[in-house]
Amino acid sequence: MIKIEHLTKKYGDHVAVDDLNIELAPGKIYGFLGPNGAGKSTTMNIMTGYLAATEGTVTVNGFDIFEEPEKAKSCIGYLPELPPLYMDMTPREYLSFVADLKKVDRRKKKLMVEEIMQETGITEVANRLIRNLSKGYRQRVGIAQALIGFPPVLILDEPTVGLDPNQIMEVRELIRRLGSQHTIILSSHILSEISAVCDYVWIINKGRLVAADTPENLSVNMNQNVYYTISVKGEEAAIGGLLQGVEAVRSFTTLEKEKDTVRLRIEADQAHTGLEEELFYLFADHRMPILSSTKEEHSLEEVFMAFTAETKEGEDEA
Amino acid sequence: MSAVYKKELKSWFVSPMGYVIVAFFFAIVGLYFTIYNLQNQYPWFGVGLENTAFVLMIIVPLITMRMMADERRQKTDQLLYTAPVKITDIVLGKYFAVVTVFAIPMLVFLFYPLILLGFGKPAASLAMDYVAIAGYFLLGAASLAVGFYVSAVTENQVLAAVLSFGLLLLSYFSTSLAAIIPSDPVSSLIGVAIVICLLAVLIYIMTKNLLLAAGVGLGLEAVLAVIFLLRRSLLQGLINRIIAVLGMPDRLNNLVYGELDLTVVVYYLSVIFLFLFLSVQAIYKRRWS
Repeated sequence: MIKIEHLTKKYGDHVAVDDLNIELAPGKIYGFLGPNGAGKSTTMNIMTGYLAATEGTVTVNGFDIFEEPEKAKSCIGYLPELPPLYMDMTPREYLSFVADLKKVDRRKKKLMVEEIMQETGITEVANRLIRNLSKGYRQRVGIAQALIGFPPVLILDEPTVGLDPNQIMEVRELIRRLGSQHTIILSSHILSEISAVCDYVWIINKGRLVAADTPENLSVNMNQNVYYTISVKGEEAAIGGLLQGVEAVRSFTTLEKEKDTVRLRIEADQAHTGLEEELFYLFADHRMPILSSTKEEHSLEEVFMAFTAETKEGEDEA
Repeated sequence: MSAVYKKELKSWFVSPMGYVIVAFFFAIVGLYFTIYNLQNQYPWFGVGLENTAFVLMIIVPLITMRMMADERRQKTDQLLYTAPVKITDIVLGKYFAVVTVFAIPMLVFLFYPLILLGFGKPAASLAMDYVAIAGYFLLGAASLAVGFYVSAVTENQVLAAVLSFGLLLLSYFSTSLAAIIPSDPVSSLIGVAIVICLLAVLIYIMTKNLLLAAGVGLGLEAVLAVIFLLRRSLLQGLINRIIAVLGMPDRLNNLVYGELDLTVVVYYLSVIFLFLFLSVQAIYKRRWS
């Protein structure tokens, strides 16, 4: 669908994108994750033909974006970081203009505009000036604009930035729905968004791809250990003694002591299953009730921090 | 192209801008028409029209300053340049739209000479007036192309307006300027050498290719030096001719006095073509920076 090979973009001496290689399969939602200034927007701008690359190629549906730009661009719907809206137009006029620009068949145009406005929920503001619309509606008009012509690929740069929580949920829902008919790439620096919507994640830092996998795999592969936080009623020393006897427990630390309750964090072998049950019976036998027990899930947040920190260290050494 | 053209034309008349431009030409040309043709009973409309050529220098920068700069400021250029449309089509669409706005008062001016028929103007002299109006239209269209180019290369509107005003001002006074510059070979040598340096700088700004700019610059300077050493007389008045080439408004003269001088028409069309071509190149280049 889209193939990016050895993509490099330099601004003078500053390398914004550094030898990026990515391939997209059709029908999936891809997430571009990275801190601000990691090169996400630059990459997207190159993929859509807005910027030229210093080196490397981008092919969309077999068309090179630099060699056959019109053909490649007609396969892509793009929502830039700031929706490219004409303030003195109404959404209906604007979408009709975009349809003309994308050479949509005159006879299908009207129906398509109405259908897309329905889909993105902007029908009720269709005749108001874009200037007077709220940020949320403007963003939706921006998404509607990308949808015009029903291109097979949608590239959305931070589609939920600046929206309120309700609108964020709506836009995510919309993206998920669109994912069934389009290949979608969306960028974000918000991790929960990526894990909520995307099938596949690229983590990019300082213009380089540092990780690429499904959100689940990224979390799993992070670490061989799992962590539990438990609260136990009993003496700290006695609890410690018992835990030392459990084979799967690698280490533990006391987090907090409160009257007769102790809260601990346990590091355990991931391969060992049923540890919680084992601990339950162990402490129950010694009449030290476990009051609470939670397993820590690796959030994408940690993965992200780990990956982006790694490259920083690597650079320091170099 | 038609999509951009329609949208642009509409946007001129959604805002007051389009009406203001049209009204402005009616007011200025109407004033000259009243004074020259109605009060002083001068039979030729074209002469009064030519005297308003100086207002192009003032109003054209105000018309064109926002044309590309505004797209960049509002980031709508991202929509245009990522749509399956050629840059050339975008530039032509925008340019033809603004020329259409300018053409509206020109079309109305076609009736002014007819009014004069009622005052005893000979019908045979109508053709002369129409040639003058066509010439004025071409001059305006060429000035708009210059302003459009400046708007395409500058980052903000005010700078675009000031720069295009400067260029059109230079064009307006270039004939007078050419007349006061000494025309002996040594002055020409110095003058042309400076022009070549400017050209080299311009090439460097356009292409960011130091080798190319230096090569062209040094090559031309060498040719100039050889001519100066071998055929000094060829340089007589050269710099004056070069400066005079820049004078767009003065060329209107030939047309106003009834001569359908095709070299003038070709000259204006070449200016339009050159600056539209440069605009397309400037936009392409921007993607690389």
